[in-house]
Amino acid sequence: MKHAALGIAIALAVACATPGLAVAVAPRASLTDIENDVMCVACHEPLAVAQSPQADAERGYIEGLIAQGQTKAQIERALVGQYGPAVLGRPPAHGFNLTVYILPPALVAVGLATLAVTLPRWRRRARAAAASTAMPVAPPIGPADARRLEEDLAQYDG
Amino acid sequence: MRRFLLPGLVVGAAVLLLALLMFGVSSQGANTSIDALVARGVRPLAPNANMALPVLGSDSTARLADFRGKVVVLNVFASWCDPCQAEAPVLEQAERTIASKDATVLGVTYLDTSSDSEQFVRRWHLTYPVVRDISGNFIRSFGTTGVPETFVIDRQGRIAALRRYQVDSSWLNRTLPPLLAERS
Repeated sequence: MKHAALGIAIALAVACATPGLAVAVAPRASLTDIENDVMCVACHEPLAVAQSPQADAERGYIEGLIAQGQTKAQIERALVGQYGPAVLGRPPAHGFNLTVYILPPALVAVGLATLAVTLPRWRRRARAAAASTAMPVAPPIGPADARRLEEDLAQYDG
Repeated sequence: MRRFLLPGLVVGAAVLLLALLMFGVSSQGANTSIDALVARGVRPLAPNANMALPVLGSDSTARLADFRGKVVVLNVFASWCDPCQAEAPVLEQAERTIASKDATVLGVTYLDTSSDSEQFVRRWHLTYPVVRDISGNFIRSFGTTGVPETFVIDRQGRIAALRRYQVDSSWLNRTLPPLLAERS
């Protein structure tokens, strides 16, 4: 039992100290994953759906880099190095294209701010409206009316 | 008055977004100012002449300005483009004709791997220099949106003629002689 525990401890230590094993368990880049982020430069459509000789050439290039053990980030950098930034399916973050990155979060922020201001106001208004339309509470009856009510009820009891 | 504040803000934001969209669409369109000038007989200075571009199959770089004093047939191409393949022999023939007249064809590859471009050069036996525009910034300044496109640049570095599609020998034979006859 003692020997088995020692053996497991040694095996774990070797596994942690060997970079090759660490690389082996790292997720490999996949063509399917990269295809969704890359454009076919000749047909101007995502590589994932493109069917053309150039699309096949790009897939072949990517597969070659995957076979070399490169990561997704490295492969995308290599693609940009060969085809330019146009190969990525996202616009470069400069000039007018910056609006693609700035506008959506800005719109969400403005929307949230508007809700933060208007929602409490709407709730207050709704509460006030509910209060004004509530059923009026009848005033308590006087002693004379109370006595007459008692007499009437006594008649029915009898 | 206050009840119109929120709808007013929403309408204002919508108008602003619409204006932004219209500006974006108009500014992203092809730049045709060079075409308009050349069509009027004006020769605009070739843009980005000092941009260093890597020479295909070499560690060196070249600039369009390096060719000042020569007539340059600047051809933008990619190996995967069929019209580019069709015009390659025509351009090589032109190179052989004009090389002795202080002129050259200059190929610019775009959206292409260096190995594919090199294969293209070998396949069509191209003898003229070829540079790579990896970022696309050089050719974009010419209003280029696709391949092939060809610009004929005079000895002063000005664009004298251009073609936004495949060139043929008759266009080159018509365009080049008057420019070759000009002195720098």
